[in-house]
Amino acid sequence: MSREEILKKVNDIFHDVFDDDSIVVVEETTADDVEDWDSLMHITLISEVESAFGFKFQMKDVVGMKNVGEMIDIIQSH
Amino acid sequence: MIPSFLQLKKNSKKDKSGLPGYRMVLVGDCATQHIAQAVSGYAYEEGIGLELLDTDYDQIFAQVMDPDSELYQYQADAILIVMCTEKLYEAYCGAPVGDRDRFAAEKYEEICRIWKRLQEYSHPETGRKMKILQFNFAEADDRCFGNYANRVESSFLWQLRKLNTLLMQGAQSEEIYLVDISYVQNLLGRKQFHDEKLYYLAKMPFSTEALPAVAREVIGIVKAVMARIKKCVILDLDQTLWGGVIGDDGLEGIQIGELGIGHAFQEFQLWLKELTKRGIILAVCSKNDEEKAKEPFLKHPEMVLRLEDIAVFIANWEDKAGNIRKIIETLNLGIDSFVFLDDNPFERNLVRSMLPEITVPELPEDPALYLSYLKELNLFETISYSEADQDRTRQYREEAGRTSLKQQFATYTEYLEHLGMVAEAKPFDAFHIPRIAQLSQRSNQFNLRTVRYTEEEAARLAEDDRYITLYFTLRDKFGDHGLISIVVMKKEEDTLFIENWLMSCRVLKRTMEAFVVNIMLEEAKKADAVRVVGEYIKTPKNAMVEHLYEEMGFQPLGEGKYEIMTAAYQKHETWIERGE
Repeated sequence: MSREEILKKVNDIFHDVFDDDSIVVVEETTADDVEDWDSLMHITLISEVESAFGFKFQMKDVVGMKNVGEMIDIIQSH
Repeated sequence: MIPSFLQLKKNSKKDKSGLPGYRMVLVGDCATQHIAQAVSGYAYEEGIGLELLDTDYDQIFAQVMDPDSELYQYQADAILIVMCTEKLYEAYCGAPVGDRDRFAAEKYEEICRIWKRLQEYSHPETGRKMKILQFNFAEADDRCFGNYANRVESSFLWQLRKLNTLLMQGAQSEEIYLVDISYVQNLLGRKQFHDEKLYYLAKMPFSTEALPAVAREVIGIVKAVMARIKKCVILDLDQTLWGGVIGDDGLEGIQIGELGIGHAFQEFQLWLKELTKRGIILAVCSKNDEEKAKEPFLKHPEMVLRLEDIAVFIANWEDKAGNIRKIIETLNLGIDSFVFLDDNPFERNLVRSMLPEITVPELPEDPALYLSYLKELNLFETISYSEADQDRTRQYREEAGRTSLKQQFATYTEYLEHLGMVAEAKPFDAFHIPRIAQLSQRSNQFNLRTVRYTEEEAARLAEDDRYITLYFTLRDKFGDHGLISIVVMKKEEDTLFIENWLMSCRVLKRTMEAFVVNIMLEEAKKADAVRVVGEYIKTPKNAMVEHLYEEMGFQPLGEGKYEIMTAAYQKHETWIERGE
């Protein structure tokens, strides 16, 4: 899957998790850019990405990823 | 089939007005926000407007022990106590090795103290206690002993299993309901149930994936507490109760029994038989010639279900929705307490569209999966069980016998005379308290004020001399209905106020209502009361008794209240004798 395809799929997950179809994420998007992206939502987001892409994040990924781009890096490595 | 966590989360934003409300407070020794979201969302899924207060992290003791805490101020109907195995293990590791064989007993005592305090401090003004929904513990072992842990009393495995057993023994008071988290983990498997990193990073004991299944158990209990329970299963025959088609394949050709595909149907029938032992009624609705359809029940050696297990048996070539209406009429149970099982999607959809209140599970195509699918739906949650439940099918079969007798008489009165009915009317006693409480929990239709009692509350009323309590039984030549009605009247100066009157719909149109009113007035005379006042409080289900008091000769006072004067009362005519 290309980075663009992954980004698109991740964007759909954001719509679902935050229940807001107007969200547009780019590689540079961070938690500060998305309203409601708090630690609680982060957990839900992580779980949804895991089930959508069929792998499990490591603990360091969950606490370490700085933006959507880094999330895509991890997804791509699986 | 089960909604995802995201779906449940979205539900929590939806409009709950118009749904029956329920207030719940949640305390836990772990992170509970996601559990709260899942439980609220699941409640919405089941048509319950749950108001849920999620208290702060790990504040169980602080909340419970302080009578002024937000927990008590919230005036909840129920409290959900979330405790997790991981925290239990940490406490276990902190205990000196020499004390560990007492670990479960001590933890159990701690939980009992919490329960006791909750019951002391909640709703002191009404005396109604908050329901307690307590999580039990998902099984996990540290494998420090391997399988040998099963032999070591001080092992975590031993103590955890013992604690779950102690909780079962302890949760016998009716205010306490265990939420079987251990079952949920068995269903999903620990790898799916628990997400290690979510526990380490966020103190969440359950994976996101497991949350809907956890919430389903909680809401299942809430539904039962709200008297939303299933009472009857209506069964199709061909391809549902046995493999093949009796009309085409004949008695020897159908698949039922220990060999091959028949084994799945045999297990399914065993389960249905178990349901009857716990008080669920079975009925048959099949497109077949009646004689053919009954043949396997009478003659097939490997059938588990026999005709006496079926309360109503309808086999003909008319449409199923019409036949199901007949079954509902005969059994006289609330339409939403029926479950219809049929392998044929066409019949399922027909029944769904004609009778939307009935639960129609989407049975899997493969009969091998019928049972596990139905078990997962957990349709038969209950909050009470008494010995009388084992007998319910017989009672309903007798009822069907009465129905056919009725058709032989020219007038209904003649039929009533012929029944030879005898009723008892007596104050509540210890022996009948379980059935009294159960009837008050189950009755929705013939229920004037829908006051529900736990066993403890019913026992308390019996002791309280401000109250006159009565239970009624009824029997006739066909059999014994057992305890079918209760009345609680409160003495208020020269008035008796009917605080509670409910009756099983099985005995409608037998002049039992009139018999009950006669007894009420007799009691009023004995108590020197000038009048008896009744009240009708409307619910979505009790329209049946909206005009009952007027029919019984009471005068309307407005706002749903009615009175009848003791002195002017003329005894109603009934066909029921009073027995001892």
